Amino acid sequence: MTTAPDPAPTEPKATPTRPGRRRRRTRVPTAALLVAPSVLFLAALFLWPIVVGVGQAVTGTDGPTLAHLRRMLDDPYFWQATRNTALLIVVLIPLQFAFALTMALLLRERPRLSSFYFYVWCVPLAISDLAAGLVWLSIFADRGYLNSVLAHLGLGDGYAWLSYDNDATMFLAVLLAELWRATSLVLVIVVAGLQNIPRDYDEAAAVFGATYWQRLRHVILPQLRPSLQVALILRTILGLQTFAVAQALTGRSFPLLVGETYQWYVTLQNERVSAAIALVILLMSLGTAVVYLRVLRDPAATGSGR
Amino acid sequence: MAEIVLRNLVKTYPGTRTPATDDISLEVRDGEFLVLVGPSGCGKTTLLRMIAGLEAPDSGSVQIGGRDVTDLPARLRGLSMVFQSYAIWPHMRVRQNIAFGLAMRKTPKAEIDRRVGEAAELLHLSEYLDRYPAQLSGGQRQRVAVARAIVTDADVLLMDEPLSNLDALLRMEFRTELKRIVGKLGTTTVYVTHDQAEALSLGDRVAVLRDGRVAQVGPPLEVYDSPADEFVGGFLGAPPMNFLPARVDRADGRSRLRIGDQSTAAPVALGDYPGDEVTVGVRAENVEVFDADGPDRLAARVEVVEPTGAAILLTVELAGRQLKVQAPPTFRIGPGSPVWLAVDPDRLRCYHPADSTAITVSG
Amino acid sequence: MSRLRAARRRTILIHVACVAVTLFMGLPIYLIALAALSSRESLNRFPLSLLPTDVSTETMRVFLDSTGVIGGFQNSVEVGLISLALSLALGVPAGYAVARYAFRGREPYQLFLLLTRALPIVVLSVPLARVFLATGLYDTTYAVALLHTALALPTTVLITSAIFVAVPVEHEEAAMVFGASAPRAFARVVLPQALPGIAAAAIFTFVTSWNEVLGAAVLTLNRRTLPAQVLSTLADSPLAFRFAGGFALVVPALVFIAFMRRYLLNMWGTTIR
Ligand SMILES: Nc1ncnc2c1ncn2[C@@H]1O[C@H](COP(=O)(O)OP(=O)(O)OP(=O)(O)O)[C@@H](O)[C@H]1O
Ligand SMILES: [Mg+2]
Repeated sequence: MTTAPDPAPTEPKATPTRPGRRRRRTRVPTAALLVAPSVLFLAALFLWPIVVGVGQAVTGTDGPTLAHLRRMLDDPYFWQATRNTALLIVVLIPLQFAFALTMALLLRERPRLSSFYFYVWCVPLAISDLAAGLVWLSIFADRGYLNSVLAHLGLGDGYAWLSYDNDATMFLAVLLAELWRATSLVLVIVVAGLQNIPRDYDEAAAVFGATYWQRLRHVILPQLRPSLQVALILRTILGLQTFAVAQALTGRSFPLLVGETYQWYVTLQNERVSAAIALVILLMSLGTAVVYLRVLRDPAATGSGR
Repeated sequence: MAEIVLRNLVKTYPGTRTPATDDISLEVRDGEFLVLVGPSGCGKTTLLRMIAGLEAPDSGSVQIGGRDVTDLPARLRGLSMVFQSYAIWPHMRVRQNIAFGLAMRKTPKAEIDRRVGEAAELLHLSEYLDRYPAQLSGGQRQRVAVARAIVTDADVLLMDEPLSNLDALLRMEFRTELKRIVGKLGTTTVYVTHDQAEALSLGDRVAVLRDGRVAQVGPPLEVYDSPADEFVGGFLGAPPMNFLPARVDRADGRSRLRIGDQSTAAPVALGDYPGDEVTVGVRAENVEVFDADGPDRLAARVEVVEPTGAAILLTVELAGRQLKVQAPPTFRIGPGSPVWLAVDPDRLRCYHPADSTAITVSG
Repeated sequence: MSRLRAARRRTILIHVACVAVTLFMGLPIYLIALAALSSRESLNRFPLSLLPTDVSTETMRVFLDSTGVIGGFQNSVEVGLISLALSLALGVPAGYAVARYAFRGREPYQLFLLLTRALPIVVLSVPLARVFLATGLYDTTYAVALLHTALALPTTVLITSAIFVAVPVEHEEAAMVFGASAPRAFARVVLPQALPGIAAAAIFTFVTSWNEVLGAAVLTLNRRTLPAQVLSTLADSPLAFRFAGGFALVVPALVFIAFMRRYLLNMWGTTIR
C-alpha cells in the first residue's frame, strides 16, 4: 500500500475558474517592463546592503576577523537584549492574540457605536513605537499619571516603575505599551478573517444547539486559523524589531536587540559590531519568514492556500 | 464591406488541456446576421473574443473586410461589442458610457448628444441617462451595454447574449427592435445566444457549436428542419427532436421503417441506405395525433399531458421509448389512454446509429 | 422571561467590555494630549491633575521652538512625500502587472515581495549608511526616502494588485474595443476605479515613513526626520519635551486613521496573502 502517491494526472493548478481574469497569454516584455524597476530597486536596497553588512561584520582594518563578532558576544548587553527580546515576544504575543480575538468577537456582536469603537481601537495602527513609548512614559514616569492617580487615592506617593532596579515593573510597562500599540494589527487581520467566514456557518451551528463557546471552538476558530497564522508570524517578525518603546520608556535599562544596533552605531560609534547585530536580527527574521512562507504555501496546513 | 472570414481558428487557454475552439472556419457575409448557439462552455465567447482581437488564436486567421486582422489590436478593427458580463464602467454615468466609443472617434459634441439620445430612446433608457450603473437593474445595465454597442455604427457588431437578462416580454420586444435596427444599419453581426427562439428568429444564418467545433451552419429553418446530426436536433427546438431506433424493411421495391413491432412508411432518402439499423428523428409538431386507429398509424400510450396554451404537449410511450408529440389545443385526452400517431415520411430524418450523422440522399 | 433577561445581560456585558477596551485604547491618547497641553509649571506639580484644568500651549510651543524640531517636521514631510511618489511610481505598474499578466516568474516575484516585506530592512540601515556615504547620499532626505520606499514598496505592490484585480479585465477590453489605446483605457477606465485604493496605499506609505525611526536616525546627522530628532535628543531632554514630542507624533496618526477608516481592513488586514 505504499506505492507512489495518486498517479492521476493532476490538472495544472490554475484551473479556469475565473475566466477572463488574467488577460492574454504570457507576454513577457510588457509584464517584465512593469515589474523590473521594483525588482531592481528592492534588490539594490536589500541585497547590496546585506553584502556590505557581512563585509562590515567580518572584516577589520587588516583583513578578515572575528573580532567584531566576539566583541558582540562578549557584551553582556547583547545577551540581556536577546533575553529581553525573546521574553517580550513570548509573553506579549499570546496576550495580544487573546486580546485581539476578544476585541474582534466583541465587534462581531455589532454593538451600537461599533464603528466608533473600531476606529479608536485601530488608532495605534498608525502610531510608531517611539510615540507609543512616549505616550506610556506620561503614565509610568515617576511623576506621571499612574503615580498621580495613586497619590490622589492616597496609595503612596510615587513608585519608580521604570527604575533599572525594578526589572519586573519595567518589563510590565514595556509590555503594556506594546500591547496597546501593536494589538491593532492583529485585530484588523482577525476582523478581516472573520468577515470571510459566512455568518451562516455560525448560525447553522447555533440552530443545532451549540453554545457560544462550542461555536467559537469548533466553528469560528478553525476557520480563522489561516488569518491567525499570518498574524502570528507577522507579529513575531515585527516583535523582533521592537526597540523605540523601550528606548523611550527606559533608555538602555531594558535593552532590546535592535536597540543595541542603535546604541553601537549612534552612541558607541562602532558600525562593525552594529552590523553584526543587525545580521543576527536578519537571520532570526529569516528563520521566522521561512516558517511563515512554508505555512502559508502549504495548502494542507492551512486548508485554503489563500 | 465588412465580411468576416475565420480560418481554422484554434485556441487553447493556458493551463487547460482541451481547446476552447478547435479548428473553426466560418464566413459571415457583409451585412449578414449570424447567430452562434451551443451549450454552455462550447467556445462561443472565445470565438467572439478572437474576432474582437481580445484573444489571440494559437493558429488560424481572422479577416475583416478582406483585411487580415489576426495581429491587429482590438481598437483598430473597427468593431463594437456587447460583453456577456456587460462591462459597463461603474464610474461613468450612463450617458458617458454610451458616448465612449463616439468620443474616442472624436465625434462632434452635438452629434454625440443626438446619437446617444437616439440610442437611449431605442432601448428605453432616456430617463436613466444621468444615473450611474450601480443605480440600475441588471436588465437596464444590459441595455446600456447594447446601446453603447449600437451607437457607434461600426462595421462589425459582436453581441454576447445581449438580451439574456431581460424578462420574457422585453426580450421579445427588443428582439424585434434589434432585428430592425441592425437591418437598417446593415452591420455585419455575430450574435451569441442560448435562446432557441432568438436564434431562429434573428439570424440570417445559424451556426451551432459543440465542444469548440462547428456542428452545423445554415439558414435557421434548414438547421431546425434538417439537423446535421443528433446533437443539433437535440439542442435546437423546444421540445428537442425525438429520436427512435428503427429497422429498415425492404419489400417489393418499397422500404418501411419497423419501430418495435409496428411499421410506417420510410422516407425516400433511405432507398440507397445499405444497412438496416437507423435512428429516426422527428419533431413534435410533425407528428399527427389521432384518437382512433387508421392506415399507417402507430399505436402509443399517453403518459403525461401538458397544455402549453397554443397546443397540448403529450409525452407518449412508443415501443418502449418516450416521445414528445404535439396535439391541437382542442384535443381531449387523459394519461393512460391509447393514441395513434402518423408521420409524413418526408418529415422523418434518419441518422447513422454509429456516429449519429444524418443519412442524406445520395446522387 | 429569564431568556430575555439573559439576552439583556449579554448585551450589557458586551457594552461594558467595549467601553473598557475603548478606555484602555483611548485613555493613553487623552493623557498624552493632556500632558502636552499643560503648562510646564503644572507638569512639575505632583500629583498631576487628571482633568484639563490648566490648558496651555506653552509646552508645545517650547517643543516646536527647540532646535531641529521644525526642521525635523519639514524633513519628515519631505521624506514621506518622496517615498510616497517613489513607491507609487515603482509599485503601481508592478501591481498592475501582477494583477493582469500571467507572466513567467509571477509566483517567484510575489514570494520575493513577501520575503522583503517580512525581513527587517531597517536593520540594514547600518550597512546602507556606508553605501550612502560612498555614494554621497548620506545625510540627505533622499537617503531616508530610499530606505522608506524599500520598506513600503512590497506592500504597495500587493495592495495595488489587489485593487487592480478587483477591476474586471472586461472593463479595459471594452474600452479598447471602442477605440481606446491600452494606456488610454488604463487612464480612462482603470485608474478612476482604482484611485481611492491607490490613495490609501499612498497614505500607508506616508504613515510608514512618518513612523520609521531607526533608519532615519542612522542615515542622517543633520537632516533628521521628526522621530529621529526626538529619539536622538531623548536622553537629555526634560519630560515636558518628550511628552510634547509624543503628542506631535500621535496627532498625524489620528488623522491618518480617520482618513483611511474604510481601507483599514484592506491595508493591514487582507493584503498579507
Ligand atoms: N480565461 C480562460 N482561461 C481558461 N479557460 C477558459 C477561459 N475562458 C474560457 N475558458 C474555457 O474555454 C471553454 C469555452 O469557454 P467560452 O467562454 O468560450 O464558452 P461559452 O460558449 O461562451 O459559454 P457560455 O454560454 O457559458 O458563456 C470553456 O471550457 C471554458 O472553461
Ligand atoms: Mg459565453
